[in-house]
Amino acid sequence: MRIGVVTFPGSLDDRDAARAVRLAGGEAVALWHGDADLTSVDAVILPGGFSYGDYLRCGAIARFAPVMTSIIARASDGMPVLGICNGFQILCESHLLPGALTRNDHLHFICRDQRLVIESTDSDWTRDFEQGQEIVIPLKNGEGGYVADEKTLDALEGDGLVIARYLDVNPNGSRRDIAGIRNARGNVVGLMPHPEHAVERLTGPTTDGLPFFTSVLTAAITSAVNA
Amino acid sequence: MARVVVDVMLKPEILDPQGRAVQGALGRLGLSGVADVRQGKQFVITLDGAMDADRTAVLERLAAELLSNPVIEDFTLTVQEDS
Repeated sequence: MRIGVVTFPGSLDDRDAARAVRLAGGEAVALWHGDADLTSVDAVILPGGFSYGDYLRCGAIARFAPVMTSIIARASDGMPVLGICNGFQILCESHLLPGALTRNDHLHFICRDQRLVIESTDSDWTRDFEQGQEIVIPLKNGEGGYVADEKTLDALEGDGLVIARYLDVNPNGSRRDIAGIRNARGNVVGLMPHPEHAVERLTGPTTDGLPFFTSVLTAAITSAVNA
Repeated sequence: MARVVVDVMLKPEILDPQGRAVQGALGRLGLSGVADVRQGKQFVITLDGAMDADRTAVLERLAAELLSNPVIEDFTLTVQEDS
């Protein structure tokens, strides 16, 4: 399975995301922000970083990059898309996911190993987890406060679209402790913490991030068997 | 030449931690009774030629799509015609 990893000007975690894909057993394909051709990838990861220097708003300019036009169209057709940190911000700016990420309520940039609970395994990126599984992966952001109006938050919770919530401490003022969400179809997932930094014992606090990357491979095999 | 000013502010219900930090600083620097501070952005766009209905419509669209995020922000657009 070919999984594209987009590099925008200012992306930081594209190499780590590609490495996580390979460790999970997939083929990582580098995609360039200025190129609308997705080269027949089966899924896409929007990595963390500071695309376009976070100018204007985080993800606001990246949303209009040529590669995003193709990704938005393919995501609407069901292609799996995972946005991590800045990638989550881009997905919200693209309206592929509801809500927005705002400056941390305490104004500090945070970098810590964060405990989360997985609340939805009904997505292409979380199906290899157990419902209610607790994991620890790195979190590092300055603008990670998830906000949406009350109606949207109620709908997200009512429809089971919250995929992960912060445990122990809410690190950034996210409404209802939300760390990650998915769309109704389950192919688009946005997550503020960084699973790609927790795929090897040598460099990560755990290997709890790996199932995000194996899940999408499982999803592809399942759909191939059912086809 | 025409000048268009777009002011973008966080919606009232969205927490503004930067505004709150500025509010604290104003108090520490001798301004008493600061009830609230909200921090926003201002875009000053200078255009060749005069404004017309088409340009205004495009600017209104881009103010909503690019310059602001309607999930968290409101904007106002003001046209200043120069001589």
